[in-house]
Amino acid sequence: MAYHDNETLKKEYGKLVKQKSPKVTLLKNCLWAFFVGGGICTIGQLLNNGYKALDFSKQEATTLTSVTLIFLGALLTGLDIYDSLGKRAGAGSIVPISGFANSIVAPAIEYKKEGYVFGVGAKIFNIAGPVIIYGMLASIIVGIGYYFFGQ
Amino acid sequence: MEYIRAFITGGIICVIAQILMDKTKLMPARVLVIYVVAGTLLTGLGLYDYVVDFGGAGATVPLIGFGYALGNGVMEEVAESGFLGILTGGMKATAGGITAAILFGYLAAIIFDPKAEI
Repeated sequence: MAYHDNETLKKEYGKLVKQKSPKVTLLKNCLWAFFVGGGICTIGQLLNNGYKALDFSKQEATTLTSVTLIFLGALLTGLDIYDSLGKRAGAGSIVPISGFANSIVAPAIEYKKEGYVFGVGAKIFNIAGPVIIYGMLASIIVGIGYYFFGQ
Repeated sequence: MEYIRAFITGGIICVIAQILMDKTKLMPARVLVIYVVAGTLLTGLGLYDYVVDFGGAGATVPLIGFGYALGNGVMEEVAESGFLGILTGGMKATAGGITAAILFGYLAAIIFDPKAEI
């Protein structure tokens, strides 16, 4: 009986949560994501133009921009600023390449106490690993498609 | 104007990810995987170039732009060195970013300590 009550209670609670929260928080989350994500991309554009002005080629400027944003993401993660921002900004801080750095640095620091091989070394690609794996597999598909049909 | 376009493009890409996360309960890691794969395939189909032409860094800085680099890299490499390019192109184009992430990630792990010791 108690179990049954517990179930209904959970259901009621779930309904309540659904009623009260989604719309407002979704809008708020989206606004945060838009402004933080857009802001990071604007910084990226600034860096990109800066590197181009320093006579780097288009390709080099893009890579340098990524590297700089990765560095900043790593530094701000280490200083515990990036994750505080992430609590509010959600996808706005996760999706830019600095968030990719964050996904590498955060577990690396967290698992440090398990050692430099099985802690840092193994966990560093906890989240970035799947991203790279599936990205590479997709690039192979694109490569095969381009080889046979594209050129 | 270039900056405004980058801001808007990047903002919209992040909002789409936010909606995916909030509405479908997708974990962030899944969204990132979807974005990279989508970026790679869209680039392969020649569609993402339009987004990059419009949005500049707004299209290349989000992780979907990592897919753009992968897709472009593999196609360039196939055009240059043929079949083998299928295996080397993607990694080559993203080597700088990935290696930088490993380097900075490792250095950060050495320098900084986890905040809570529990």
